[in-house]
Amino acid sequence: MTPQSCVTIQKEWDIVGARQLGRDIAKKMGFGTVDQARIATAISELARNIYLYTENGQICFEVVENMNRKGLVILSTDNGPGIDDIGRVMEDGYSTSGGLGAGLPGVKRLMDEFDVQSEVGVGTKIKAIKWAR
Amino acid sequence: MSQDFKKIVIENSDSIVQMWMSEINSLKQDNYTANISDELFESTNREFVNVIFTSIKNQGSVKVVEDFSEKIINLGWPLSYITDGLQVFRRVSVDYILGQSVKVDSAHISDVMKSVDVWVEPLIRQLVNEYSGSWEHIVSLQRVALQELSAPLIPVMDRITVMPLIGTIDTERAKLIMENLLEGVIKHNSEVVLIDITGVPVVDTMVAHHIIQAAEAVRLIGSTCILVGIRPEIAQTIVNLGIDLGKFPTKSSLRKGFTRALEITNRKVIDLEDNEESIEKMIESLRGE
Repeated sequence: MTPQSCVTIQKEWDIVGARQLGRDIAKKMGFGTVDQARIATAISELARNIYLYTENGQICFEVVENMNRKGLVILSTDNGPGIDDIGRVMEDGYSTSGGLGAGLPGVKRLMDEFDVQSEVGVGTKIKAIKWAR
Repeated sequence: MSQDFKKIVIENSDSIVQMWMSEINSLKQDNYTANISDELFESTNREFVNVIFTSIKNQGSVKVVEDFSEKIINLGWPLSYITDGLQVFRRVSVDYILGQSVKVDSAHISDVMKSVDVWVEPLIRQLVNEYSGSWEHIVSLQRVALQELSAPLIPVMDRITVMPLIGTIDTERAKLIMENLLEGVIKHNSEVVLIDITGVPVVDTMVAHHIIQAAEAVRLIGSTCILVGIRPEIAQTIVNLGIDLGKFPTKSSLRKGFTRALEITNRKVIDLEDNEESIEKMIESLRGE
């Protein structure tokens, strides 16, 4: 496992920074262009959620390796308002900000593994993994 | 009291300058200015120290300081050269004055520090302001330049307009795209608008949302919007995200989109033949439009 590299999300342009870092790591790990685009898009969605709904948060990247495969872990942590009903935000078309409401369910489909932990008033932690093929 | 210190410093300027020079030179070794030639470094240092002394002598000679900061900015030297230089000057002067003083107690030291600060601080403030002012100026110019480039609209042909998008789309830019698109459609009287996203690195839900809104707005004013330049990987991520782009036509390349736009406006591209007759026919058909 390699040490984490993190990007703090406060301004809109930090989203671009997180995306570029994630894409670079994915490229170095040998992901194909389609998977790179998927990873970059997933990072973009997660980072935008931090930017839109919380004061600040972080996007961290980690490379995990087990016996027969290698994967990129994206960790999104914030101490924002938290998600009241996780089942609801995972529905397509549900949005509180007038967006398309495809963000989180979209990330789940873009990545291989996806996990949300959230507590109202404390914050949200999202972990998403893409395995290299 | 302060006047006395000033007298000491000015009268012994030679030795203070020497101390200052040797300190600055030691800073040069492992610092930012390592790749600057010795002569230039030397002469700039002399000028710097002259500026400091003139400004101490006649409290706030703004012109000299302005000229000097402009020179440093043009040379592209880091701001730390200026701040380090003035810190060193402060340290050297305090050391020197204390060395000259007969009795040294804490009140005296604090007096010396205070009066030296009074000379140096306005200088630091002014130089830093000049420096950061020039950066701010550059940044604001670049922002304007970027904004001019951010949402261009090109009327390629009668009733057909293209908007090529390159680079990241943020909220501000999305707003500009929408405005320029609608304004341009009215101004150029276009029937078809092609939005080319070949150069957009990532299409996430926000970008898609803005494009959908822009296309919908274009539809409301009676034109057709075709989204072109969708790369294969972008197509896959859009499908994964579950974004519905079914409401308006999309094409893989600008070329295909343009052909479609010609079809919509009842035109097509014909290869010219040697046959004069066919040329005439074509001119005839062009007139007909």
